[in-house]
Amino acid sequence: MSSPTATLTRPVDTEPAVVEQTVVATDPTKLRRAGRRAGALAWKGIKPAVAIVVFLAVWETAPRLGLVDEVFLPPLSTVLGSLADLITSGQLADHLGASLSRALIGFSIALLVAVPLGVAIGWYRPVAELLNPILELFRNTAALALLPVFVLVLGIGETSKIALVIYASTFPILLNTISGVRTVDPLLVKSARSLGLPSYRLFQKVILPAAVPTIFTGIRMAAASSVLVLIAAEMVGAKAGLGYLITASQLNFQIPAMYAGIIAISLVGLTFNGILVTIERRLSRWRPEH
Amino acid sequence: MSTTPKLRLEHVTKQFAVRGSNDTFTALDDVSIDLAAGEFLVLVGPSGCGKSTLLDLLGGLSEPTSGRILLDGRPISGPGLDRGIVFQQYALLPWRTARANIEFGLEAKGLPKKQRRALADDYLDLVGLAGFGDRYPHELSGGMKQRVAIARSLAFDPEVLLMDEPFAALDAQTRESLQDELLRIWKETGKTILFITHGIDEAIYLGQRVAVLTSRPGRIKTIVDVDIDRNVDDVRSGEAFRHYRHEIWSLLHSEVERARDLELGTATEEVEHV
Repeated sequence: MSSPTATLTRPVDTEPAVVEQTVVATDPTKLRRAGRRAGALAWKGIKPAVAIVVFLAVWETAPRLGLVDEVFLPPLSTVLGSLADLITSGQLADHLGASLSRALIGFSIALLVAVPLGVAIGWYRPVAELLNPILELFRNTAALALLPVFVLVLGIGETSKIALVIYASTFPILLNTISGVRTVDPLLVKSARSLGLPSYRLFQKVILPAAVPTIFTGIRMAAASSVLVLIAAEMVGAKAGLGYLITASQLNFQIPAMYAGIIAISLVGLTFNGILVTIERRLSRWRPEH
Repeated sequence: MSTTPKLRLEHVTKQFAVRGSNDTFTALDDVSIDLAAGEFLVLVGPSGCGKSTLLDLLGGLSEPTSGRILLDGRPISGPGLDRGIVFQQYALLPWRTARANIEFGLEAKGLPKKQRRALADDYLDLVGLAGFGDRYPHELSGGMKQRVAIARSLAFDPEVLLMDEPFAALDAQTRESLQDELLRIWKETGKTILFITHGIDEAIYLGQRVAVLTSRPGRIKTIVDVDIDRNVDDVRSGEAFRHYRHEIWSLLHSEVERARDLELGTATEEVEHV
């Protein structure tokens, strides 16, 4: 603990004793503070993982200790083994591909339809006031309740599943776009109009950027519900897809494969949301929250 | 005066329909003012004197019921870049940086990108915000936001600058320093400025002339020529300043009283602003 400042000042005069004392006194507190800071930093990195690690550990040990029936809840390692098998055999890729293509096609169609439509409805106030109640009604009608209707009308093929995804994702996007466009600060509109901006420019430069955060909330809600609805539809009637994988595994008593399918779905949901959050951040960097 | 005034309001009257009846409400009644080129005129009035109505008319966002508004002798038709408006609440686009906000008006003018950027930086400099160009509005204080808003309205080089109580939302110290800044900018650019306020001190400090408005309907009561030396220390405590303050206060006071009586009398009456 010999600090260079202390040794340097020692030969000068009567002061060094004091100097050394203070240096010695501050060094450990500094160290302790640095240590605490490093600890805080490490904790910050670890914290989000703690609950997950505990959860996974319980999953692994509970069946092994006989706390739950190993047949119905196999240990995590068994499930991961089964997941690896599904990956190497290419089965998972097939099911994942089937689900993702349905989800993405449906979601994209919903996006392409709902954003422009929402903008148009939001822009024309009377139209918005006229249509809002019926849109609320549709939104609050659980998409799954309509699954039998879709199957009846469109059959059990791809069409009905994609249609269901479109239905489930359209309303959150539509309603949020409408409210985003309608709640643009009127002062901004007034200020832009006073510059003599033509309507389409006003739209492009003021209304749309102002509405983006609200629209994105709708998009994320839509993404979540599109996955949810799709899995449910695949469970009811399909020949491929993650939902199918889960029910089929359960019926064939391949319990580890069933859990592997569930894990795959969680990862798909997390990835979907992660991508959207990243895009959202990029688009709304100007907001004080970020 | 032989030359045409920069901005002329000629017997401007604005009426609105009153909701649920055939009556009309007169917001502005026969308002006539001339602004010479390069003049700094302040409008001061009690609430209900039709300030915002007047600003909408000048901005070209609505049309007078009768009378005309002439800019350089030509009647104004709709909004345009020959008038720049500075609002009390800044009206900055929150998703654009300070610089991009200033460029906004220049985009409307159709300037190429390089020129826009150069001009924006010049005007950031003019309002004392050089180096703050990349900040977003939420990263700026109220006073800085208003500087950006002023720079934005000046950058596209309007014939007149219309200012709607621009400093009312700021704290007293910031307000005083921005008043000085505005006077400096006015002298540097030689712009014609029409400034609306309800602060008497602010009106006297800034205006070469102060027009006192009446309320309900808004009319020009008097126009006071302000002739004080603003180069001395603490102008606001000077003899001349106090004299003007008392004069305008007396003119306004009776209006404020009248406005209050009217407000109490017509509290139930709802006005439809179209």
